[in-house]
Amino acid sequence: MRFKLKVWRQKNPKTKGKLVEYQATNVSPNTSFLEMLDVVNEGLIAKGEEPIAFDSDCREGICGTCSLTINGEAHGPDHPGAACEVYMRRFKDGATIIVEPFRAKPFPLIKDLVVDRSALDRIVQAGGFVAARAGSAPEANATLVPKQDADRAMEAAACIGCGACAAACPNASAMLFTAAKVSHLAFLPQGQPERTSRVLKMVTAMDAEGFGNCTNTYECEAVCPAQISASYIAKLNREYAVASFRRKAGE
Amino acid sequence: MTASSSFFRSSVGKKFIVAITGVVLIGFVVGHLLGNLQIFLGQDWVNSYAEHLRQLGPVLWIIRAFLLLNVLLHIFYTISLALENRRARPVSYKRKEHVKATFASRSMALSGLIVLAFILYHLAHFTARVTDPRFLLLKADPLNRYDVYSMMVYGFQNYFVSGFYVLGMFLLALHLSHGTSSFFQSLGLNDKKLTPRLATGGRIFAWLIFIGYSSIPVAVLLHLVKPAQQL
Repeated sequence: MRFKLKVWRQKNPKTKGKLVEYQATNVSPNTSFLEMLDVVNEGLIAKGEEPIAFDSDCREGICGTCSLTINGEAHGPDHPGAACEVYMRRFKDGATIIVEPFRAKPFPLIKDLVVDRSALDRIVQAGGFVAARAGSAPEANATLVPKQDADRAMEAAACIGCGACAAACPNASAMLFTAAKVSHLAFLPQGQPERTSRVLKMVTAMDAEGFGNCTNTYECEAVCPAQISASYIAKLNREYAVASFRRKAGE
Repeated sequence: MTASSSFFRSSVGKKFIVAITGVVLIGFVVGHLLGNLQIFLGQDWVNSYAEHLRQLGPVLWIIRAFLLLNVLLHIFYTISLALENRRARPVSYKRKEHVKATFASRSMALSGLIVLAFILYHLAHFTARVTDPRFLLLKADPLNRYDVYSMMVYGFQNYFVSGFYVLGMFLLALHLSHGTSSFFQSLGLNDKKLTPRLATGGRIFAWLIFIGYSSIPVAVLLHLVKPAQQL
């Protein structure tokens, strides 16, 4: 297979970037998208040109490191799945493929297709944790968790923190990410001590990072590689309202 | 900073205001439609309904002030949220596809602002009655009430006026097809099973509103409803 690639090239945050055309030839249909980029990079290096910078790590859809917008869709055309799980057989032979970075103000571009997503880490640092007792391990069955709550917490915990929700959102809102992190701990007994302060701090941190506001378009859940449901955003809204009222009441 | 003021300054809190004011305005849209549909029941129904509203006196002004407050809050917060959203993506995509986001959900600001323009015209047309000189020629009905029935019929006999009304209602329906289910999500009154049902229900509701309101100018233009008096 052969493809015409239009890839966003930008030397550093200060320079202006643009789409640059590359030809990818002799591509096996069973090559993954990232492997195809590797092959194009081999060619660029052989010609003495600067290879295309892009993020990847596990390449099996569980780490959340890859962050490509392929033909206008975060993580490309295969939903649910990360960009590393897209295979070239998904595209028509001879097709033009546009590759851009995840775009949102809180994701400053570092180089080419690599963006800095530590804004998401700062949201988690604001409250996405539980305080644990030091000392000997507690008895495993001492804390009861209803099956339904465990399932819901697990669904939310599936979030890999890739940032595709914010990248795909028409408003660059990170509500789905924050909702998943807040919901995950709100469903579990271990998350109860910080439940009120957590949601208040995490929403404040999210707003401070400069993400946009959710307008309920549900574009986030459509591209989420972990299939986090947008109903967790409703859960976040509930949690936030209740926490605000409890604070107001002096609790 | 108190907890309540920080609530209404947060992204979640601002959306609460948009959602609650939206619910009030949806309530008005339904009530107003039920009032207007009385035109199909004849002159006496509409005119006595209008007379009852007028007899509310100061209460009517309290209701109007309350609605105006809701409109202003709804617009102020949506515009400020929309401006923040634009700032959140300074460099836009060269190509952007929408997998799930509907056209209605992505054009709320545009549909809302056109509906606002429509409302201003509508108030000038039928409430202040400054756009149609023929309304001055209307005589009181047999029970000496203002003849709202004939005013509506004469008002809609113009194709351009009726066309703008239908267009306004189309954009209102587009706005409500997203807004009606959206407020459940913003207020957290939603879960995974309910979301698709609310989305479908919201769309059906919105287009019923469109059919209801549009039926009046269409019926007038088709001469199914005729004026009760000659000018």
